[in-house]
Amino acid sequence: MLRVNDVHKTYEESPLLEGVSFIINPDETVCLLGPSGSGKSTLLRIIAGLEQAESGAILWDEKDLHSIPAYQRNFGLMFQDYALFPHRTVAQNVAFGLRMQKLPTAEVQARTNQALETIDMLNLSRRRVTDLSGGEQQRVALARALAPNPRLLMLDEPLGALDRALREQLSRELRRILHSTHIPAIYVTHDQDEAFAIADRLLILHNGHIIQSGTPEEIYNHPNSLWVARFFGLGNLLEGSVTSHNPLTIQTPLGPFQVACQSDPPPLGKKLTLLLRPSDARICTPEQNLPNTISGIVQDAVFQGESYHLRISCHAGVELFLNVAHNIAVSSQLNLHFPPKTILCLA
Amino acid sequence: MRSLFSHLQLHANTIKNPTWRAILLWLLPGFFLIIFFYQPLIAIFKLIFSPAFGFSWSNLNWNRVWQPLGFTFAQATLSTLLTLIICLPSAYLFSHFIFPGQKLLRLVTSLPFILPTVVAAAGFNALLGPRGWINLGLMGLFGLEEAPVQFLNTFAAILIAHVFYNTAIIIRIVGSAWANQNNRLVQAAQVLGAKPSQAFREITLPLLSPAILAASLLVFLFDFTSFGVVLMLGGPGFSTLEVEIYTQAFHLLNLPLAGLLSLIQLTCTLTLTILYNRVSETRSNPVMPQAQKTILRKPKTLTHRLWITALVLMLLMLMTAPLAALTIRSLVKLEPERGERSTIQTGFTLQYYQELFINRRGSLFYVPPVEAVHNSLIYAGLTILISLTLGLLITYALKQRTAINRWIDPLLMLPLGASAVTLGLGFIIVFNTPPWNSPDFPLLIPIAHSLIALPFVVRSLLPALRSIPQSLRQAAAALGASPLRVFREVDLPILMRALLVSVVFAFTISLGEFGASSFISTPDNPTIPIAIYRYISKPGALNYGQALAMSTMLMLICAAGIWLIEKIRLPGEEVF
Repeated sequence: MLRVNDVHKTYEESPLLEGVSFIINPDETVCLLGPSGSGKSTLLRIIAGLEQAESGAILWDEKDLHSIPAYQRNFGLMFQDYALFPHRTVAQNVAFGLRMQKLPTAEVQARTNQALETIDMLNLSRRRVTDLSGGEQQRVALARALAPNPRLLMLDEPLGALDRALREQLSRELRRILHSTHIPAIYVTHDQDEAFAIADRLLILHNGHIIQSGTPEEIYNHPNSLWVARFFGLGNLLEGSVTSHNPLTIQTPLGPFQVACQSDPPPLGKKLTLLLRPSDARICTPEQNLPNTISGIVQDAVFQGESYHLRISCHAGVELFLNVAHNIAVSSQLNLHFPPKTILCLA
Repeated sequence: MRSLFSHLQLHANTIKNPTWRAILLWLLPGFFLIIFFYQPLIAIFKLIFSPAFGFSWSNLNWNRVWQPLGFTFAQATLSTLLTLIICLPSAYLFSHFIFPGQKLLRLVTSLPFILPTVVAAAGFNALLGPRGWINLGLMGLFGLEEAPVQFLNTFAAILIAHVFYNTAIIIRIVGSAWANQNNRLVQAAQVLGAKPSQAFREITLPLLSPAILAASLLVFLFDFTSFGVVLMLGGPGFSTLEVEIYTQAFHLLNLPLAGLLSLIQLTCTLTLTILYNRVSETRSNPVMPQAQKTILRKPKTLTHRLWITALVLMLLMLMTAPLAALTIRSLVKLEPERGERSTIQTGFTLQYYQELFINRRGSLFYVPPVEAVHNSLIYAGLTILISLTLGLLITYALKQRTAINRWIDPLLMLPLGASAVTLGLGFIIVFNTPPWNSPDFPLLIPIAHSLIALPFVVRSLLPALRSIPQSLRQAAAALGASPLRVFREVDLPILMRALLVSVVFAFTISLGEFGASSFISTPDNPTIPIAIYRYISKPGALNYGQALAMSTMLMLICAAGIWLIEKIRLPGEEVF
């Protein structure tokens, strides 16, 4: 089990990591998610032993790794640019870690072939790595990292350099391989689709801290901050302030919104932001006299396969985005209702 | 020059067939090479194989061949190894660390690359020679009658001067390969369980080896053809092929033997040049996507700081001590003048510089020494004109997509492999009749210098020319520019930096050229290096001082030249 404990690191004299702590359980694939420049790669490099944290500790099974150099940690790290050895063939790249363990030649050969088989590249084993396509290089890098059977595998944006179709295919493959090897993994990405596809659990890194941790569902359904909701692009954000507690009512530029009761309601007058998800809107009529209704004019409707994505302009210059099952003509007037249970208050 | 070139370029561009265009562009350079390179070369052949010169293989004392050949290989091998040992750590230093004075040190280590050999020899002489600082200092300190340090005329002097000369090559070639190496590769190896030493052996070294090999070959080639250094620092006891050719031709008047040695020399250097070109071609390792350059960092640990300080001090010592000794020695009077007796006023003096302008009775050339400066400047100007015109034509010819370039390319390669002394020997054999040998015909020296400078000019221009996309010219033509106009508005501005670099190269090479000039310059028309060589070995404080004064001036000109090259060259461009 990996424990990262209160790690601090500055980069070019400004703080990058300001007390990062988390654990990785056995057999768990964790995605470390954060915007570019949030220090994700640096964190991986600190765990790998390629960089030193200024304070804090990296522990494996509660043993401090501070004095253990990178080459003795037995952690696998797959670099963003793959860092394949250009003067070696595919097989030689994969065999490198095994050779460093001074295993007998026959075993090196057998395990190299086994690793190449996992990624379905046994037939390319004698190729120069420079002759491979981006996707093939990515798979060789994965096989190289996996072959020595590391206690922990770290992947630094492994799909970042590939085009979209290839990414989707390879992320499924990665998920399969990671789950079949039972090696705990930290997967760094800034792409939420990739994270959702691969992770058992997500860690969100922002401003030098892990600001939320949880399963993809938990984070999707209950983002714990405005920043997380915005980072995941979860939906329309509407600012307002608390005007009543029973029912909990928030006054916004689009009128009052009733929100499902919370165990610890915010004080009156508190400013906060409402999250209105595009797919939670229900079309209604004014006669129904429901709470949380909005009227607006359809500005734009984009066909997206399973639904239509609408842009609605409401009064006070507010624009909302919705997903609806049927097309609605541009310029038509629309009345919408958001059930109180679906609305989330974010600080 | 430019108008002549533009004219040919204009004609060339109006011809649609690239083969004819190449032939037209090759015409002038080809003619020049045939007359001034191949004719002398064939003349050297004739020396050996034509009965008219009375050369016989059976009477040949093979010792005269094997000894200089063996020594040439031995000293070049040792010099190259020594240079590698000293410079590989320096290459690491320059490619991985930021330290105070880095830029200056880089400039200082580059200086020897265009520093004339006579200046370097004069520098080591001023530092360690019998009349140099160290010996005079020790003599004064301990009241000695004779110079205690024997540096001149030793093998060590040759080796140290060769290291001094070639430091820049290793630092530049290996250093830039090292800096461009993706540092993630080593980290990937470490994460896979490789100790730092293993990562170095398995990753860094194999990836660096083509650059090390290329640099070593180039250093070996330069050491192999070393003439001035061996002649002036090695003394009569040591003879490389180059020196032996000179000795046989000039002092023993055995032209056939000199010719044979020249041919052996040419074969060796040509092989080395071809090898070097082969290695350089494969040198650019395939670049992986998003390769990350090594980031220069400040030394953090105490051991690092100590290492770096020691290395920087050693480099500074090696590079600046001889040059500083030279400069200061040229401004200080330390010894009595001939005829004066022991007690003299020691101290600062400009006398050696003033004497350069005075025509003394009994002077070595019967002309004031400043005349050599005058000659050299004229020769250098002519060299720029000739080598740039030919260089531009050759570069444009090489750029044409046609099969005949494959035939002509090797013919152009040959002059690159020829040594200056071989060229000089060929020149005195062929051009010994009027009008060539007339004192009114001053073109022979600049022509020889142009042949020596030509490879550098082509190597500077060709990458720049190749970097201009054809679409740029087509765009200009589509906008209504005539071929001449396209050349003036597109090619010329883009080529400007490379042209300036070529000018500086041609200029400094001509100013400092010693090997060929030692054959073809006439006593009353010396160049600066020839004058320095003659003065420095003569007795008398004044002669010595004047040699040092001229060397200092030459060094300053070259320092300005390398500074200019560094300024105008685009980042990342290398000349080797």
